[in-house]
Amino acid sequence: MAKETKQVVDFDALMDEVNAEFPMIQILDEEGKLVSEDVQLDITDDEMVELMSRMVWARVLDQRSIALNRQGRLGFYAPTAGQEASQLASHYALEKEDFLLPGYRDVPQLIMHGLPLKEAFLWSRGHAGGNKYAPELRAMPPQIIIGAQYVQAAGVALGLKKRNKKNVAITYTGDGGSSQGDFYEGINFAGAYNAPAIFIIQNNGFAISTPRSVQTKAKTLAQKAVAAGIPGVQVDGMDALAVYAVTKAARARAVAGDGPTLIETMTYRYGPHTLSGDDPTRYRTKETDDIWVKRDPLTRMRNFLTAKGLWTEEKENELIEAAKEEIKEAIKQADQEPKQKVSDFLKNMFETPDQLLKEQIATFEAKESK
Amino acid sequence: MRERTYLEAVNEALDEALAEDESVFLLGEDIGVYGGGFGATKGLIEKYGNKRVRATPISESAIAGAAVGAAMTGMRPIFELQFSDFITIALDQIVNQAAKIHYMYGGKASVPLVMRTAGGSGTGAAAQHSQSLENWTAHIPGLKVVQPSTPYDAKGLLHTAIEDQNPVMFYEHKLCYKMTGDVPAGKYTIPFGVADIKQTGTDVTIVATGIMVHKALKVAEQAQEAGISVEVIDPRTLVPLDIETIITSVKKTGRLLVVHEAVKRSGFGGEVASLVAESDGFYALKAPIKRLGGEAVPMPYQPQLEQNAIPQVSNIYEAVLSLMKQ
Repeated sequence: MAKETKQVVDFDALMDEVNAEFPMIQILDEEGKLVSEDVQLDITDDEMVELMSRMVWARVLDQRSIALNRQGRLGFYAPTAGQEASQLASHYALEKEDFLLPGYRDVPQLIMHGLPLKEAFLWSRGHAGGNKYAPELRAMPPQIIIGAQYVQAAGVALGLKKRNKKNVAITYTGDGGSSQGDFYEGINFAGAYNAPAIFIIQNNGFAISTPRSVQTKAKTLAQKAVAAGIPGVQVDGMDALAVYAVTKAARARAVAGDGPTLIETMTYRYGPHTLSGDDPTRYRTKETDDIWVKRDPLTRMRNFLTAKGLWTEEKENELIEAAKEEIKEAIKQADQEPKQKVSDFLKNMFETPDQLLKEQIATFEAKESK
Repeated sequence: MRERTYLEAVNEALDEALAEDESVFLLGEDIGVYGGGFGATKGLIEKYGNKRVRATPISESAIAGAAVGAAMTGMRPIFELQFSDFITIALDQIVNQAAKIHYMYGGKASVPLVMRTAGGSGTGAAAQHSQSLENWTAHIPGLKVVQPSTPYDAKGLLHTAIEDQNPVMFYEHKLCYKMTGDVPAGKYTIPFGVADIKQTGTDVTIVATGIMVHKALKVAEQAQEAGISVEVIDPRTLVPLDIETIITSVKKTGRLLVVHEAVKRSGFGGEVASLVAESDGFYALKAPIKRLGGEAVPMPYQPQLEQNAIPQVSNIYEAVLSLMKQ
């Protein structure tokens, strides 16, 4: 009698099942029309206009920052164009007292959270004045080390929970950051303690030059949440309304004590990784760029709001001019900031300097007073 | 004279090793079409394909750990950490694994891997991308530590590192990448543990590493004009260290200055100074040993402050003058 071989697990079916769990959530299509008539928008007209205004502002900031960097008036800069919905619609779902842990590309959220533009410019120039946050600004400065903010967000969220705050910690990394150990440790830790955190992966398709497809075999990055036992959601990151809705829902569950959520926003950076020498033509084609430009978050929202009679070209132009003025003024203010001295850095080392440090400070102060 | 940059020298060594030995392969972030963080792997993926030049996810721990695993199975992985600061994330695999496996397996297993990484300041890369942490690995038994300062040394020492049966930490300096010098065609090796006397002299011995070698050589020129004869020694490898060459020099000059970019406190200069003080070279000293190193501050981003945080030619020259006064 032939032995009947029975497959214990149907692996292909198992993976199909897992992958099917993570559809991309969308509210507006590429034309700026609602994908379904059944969509219930949980956002007012005024709020939508405000959100669009913020995205327009950020686009101007991006263009001006690139120009300022090229003129040598700004230092480190990571371009943001293309990611406005991913960054600002998620941020728009937050409250002022929520705690923000941004990555280095997430300066627009920080500004919307209350960081004065002048200070953002100082940060770009490596001036300590850019990181001396006012106590009411509930945020950490942009994280430079890939993924390190994820473990810190778990800790911030744990602190909020312990002090019974009805607030959340929100943190951002990129698709590349989701390959880091810190990424897994952060979402797992927050999950283990049901901490009120929102973890956002802004999947812009490339870890500098390495395409998403070779970073992981996972079909979505959202499904990495499964291992931590927390919900993972993939959302169209070029669709401001979808990003807003998903983040708002994640915030509601966090505040209700239901724990953290992982959100993957499908987005794209039009520019280089940073302005420190990256040339994206080495790893991206114009065809790919074009596909994403067609999905532009501003165009989509503009079409939607214009059709509703909430937006005009005039209004947008006024906003653009006002933004340019504001940026001009802020960079002027940054220029007026006193230059930093070595002694300032030494004084920042410890709360109270030890003997050796005192000697070093004295040495440099003597040099500086010459 | 075949003039090449330090970067090209590194690239040539990688290219030759990949061509010569099938078990050699590269892994690291952006080392494919991007050519690596600083361009050291440019053109190699086109030549050897993506199985031997692997652009990895951003996973330093996995990069180092995978290199350890691959090395134990007979491969010769060379991994790139884009900035040497990122060793913090890979350190468990390097310190607790790579360094100890040969010892703990009673010599039955080898870990012939090379970690290549770009260290040092001077490019405005700020506090988390500019450190000189080579002494961390020099402290760990089981690791060899290499710090080439010239294109010639970079190529020869990298070939030796790849041939070595042990884990080798290979620290390149960002500011050296564009420097040019004689680089012979084809493979050559430079033995570990042999210091190079970059300049002979009789009055003061300067032991310098990495970018400081070039600053020390400038000082030697200046001092020459002032009638002071400076000997510049580049140990080239911190582990193993050629202390004999240094002691011999000190016996001749009677004055020792040790210079590195890494923070002076607990830096490798302390080790060099101690070894000389413990040797019979001590009796030859005409002045107390001097050390120069980075200030104990995180690296500033602002260019002038960045320079102030590490020894400059003027500081080294002043130190030479003060040694000569004694």
